[in-house]
Amino acid sequence: MAERYWQKEIETASREEIKAIQDERLVKTVKHVYDNVEMYRKRMDEAGVKPEDIKSIDDLHKLPFTTKQDLRDNYPYGLFAVPTKDVVRLHASSGTTGKQIVVGYTKHDLDVWDEIAARQLYAVGADENDFIHVSYGYGLFTGGFGLHGGAGKIGATAIPVSSGNTDRQITILQDFGSTVLCCTPSYAMYIAEQVKAKGIDPKTLPLRAGIFGAEPWTEEMRHQIEEMLDIKAYDVYGLTEIMGPCVSYECSEQTGMHVNEDHFIVETIDPDTGEVLPYGTPGELVFTCITKECCPFIRYRTRDIGVLTIDKCSCGRTFVKMTKPKGRTDDMLIIRGVNVFPSQIETVLLRMGYSPNYKIFVDRVNNTDTLLVQVEMTEEMFSDTVTKIKEHEKALEGELRSLLGIGADVQLVAPGSIERSMGKAKRVEDKRKLIGG
Amino acid sequence: MSIRQISVFVENKQGSLVKITDVLASESIDLRAMSIADTQDFGILRLIVSDTDRALEVLRKENCIVTETAVVGARLRNEPGALATVVRVLSENGINMEYMYAFNGATPHHAYVVLRVDDNDKVEALLLDSGIKTITEEQVSEI
Repeated sequence: MAERYWQKEIETASREEIKAIQDERLVKTVKHVYDNVEMYRKRMDEAGVKPEDIKSIDDLHKLPFTTKQDLRDNYPYGLFAVPTKDVVRLHASSGTTGKQIVVGYTKHDLDVWDEIAARQLYAVGADENDFIHVSYGYGLFTGGFGLHGGAGKIGATAIPVSSGNTDRQITILQDFGSTVLCCTPSYAMYIAEQVKAKGIDPKTLPLRAGIFGAEPWTEEMRHQIEEMLDIKAYDVYGLTEIMGPCVSYECSEQTGMHVNEDHFIVETIDPDTGEVLPYGTPGELVFTCITKECCPFIRYRTRDIGVLTIDKCSCGRTFVKMTKPKGRTDDMLIIRGVNVFPSQIETVLLRMGYSPNYKIFVDRVNNTDTLLVQVEMTEEMFSDTVTKIKEHEKALEGELRSLLGIGADVQLVAPGSIERSMGKAKRVEDKRKLIGG
Repeated sequence: MSIRQISVFVENKQGSLVKITDVLASESIDLRAMSIADTQDFGILRLIVSDTDRALEVLRKENCIVTETAVVGARLRNEPGALATVVRVLSENGINMEYMYAFNGATPHHAYVVLRVDDNDKVEALLLDSGIKTITEEQVSEI
């Protein structure tokens, strides 16, 4: 199938053309925030940077970072760069760790969002003939509305199912003829399990692609979902602070997501020093919005760890590609001084034939951190003898130890006993936080 | 010659065993023999039942993790020393036994032993040589 683009000219532009667009838009945006947002004006004055000093993206590093804390400190509308009469939509992110944050969109901002979501849909081969089944939550969360807007843009049929009620999701997949499913990877996995449990042959479903994001997931999980639902599973990336889903989007090559560089400048930095890192080096992803009117955050620190690459992509797109983020620095657990991402545990489980439904318990016993991974037993791993099961358990513990660099205890539990998520999965219970506040 | 045994994964949590026994009861599946192996984390419920195929089917339908194993069933006279004979035969022939359990039959004269070994045929032959009868799957339903 020939590669299709929603906006071929910009999606396949030369690097020089992209830089020229970024230069011009960055200069304009910096002036816009300096003139209209008190925090940016103060920060730039403090740093001794005038809007005129920013002549191209080569000057980007002179600008101060924006953090989630800044959004909280200026809650709710303190960072809006336009009067609220121009704001046509609000979205919010609950944030499990603190006060919620709010972002606003002007009409123009929503157009941009629809446009980048349209690029994502075209990149997975969808067009006006498709039925886009959106199982991301609709509401203050950006997931549902993002893909919904893209579907409208390309003239496809949007099915705004929202999350939850899995039986109904499956009935709709069967009866409405959904061809593209959009939800979190963990919910896709749950839907796949339920399709199997109902004895439905996935080949009888018209579904052929999935756009899954909003939480970290692994290649192994991608393969499992693709196999169980008989579809192609694509990754999508975004965050409320920058826009919502489709800040970057995956193409037919399925090796990372192209960042919509005509709207967002992406950098990777050393999370400790703030130093900009070269392409190919893992670092914290930092985005600068260069076309938004209401919330054009400058050098926003995502806390997501990723790698940027600029290698030629077989799809023909020239935008920088980012790897699937390994996880947010927020999700990272430090256990006995070692950094552990839940996604690493998922990789091991799937590689060894276990289900990707797992839960991690971290505790501190006698001043030592403990790590327990609850895994669902499978028929393949089960045996009538304790020795055999213990062998499997030992093998799993060994693999975890070699990948994580620390020991983990494995507890095998009954299938279906680990809670399934309709949205973002809650994988970790860190009991250490309860001790001593 | 061997007989069919079902093993069921039992999570170490209140109510997990009830779920399994309720399923079997509601399907009127008769238990001929059972034993439980337990570890700190989980248990393995081993069963010899009246209708193995149906038991497997209903347990799987209830999302239970099950596996089937061929085991040796030996029929002994229900008297002191009978089990000792069996164990001696195995020991003298260097047979490694994974586990065993015993149950009584409907008649007072016989007791039965279930043996989990690596080589069922070899063990059955050894037992027969020592005058110990083994039972077939068909005979299980008559017990």
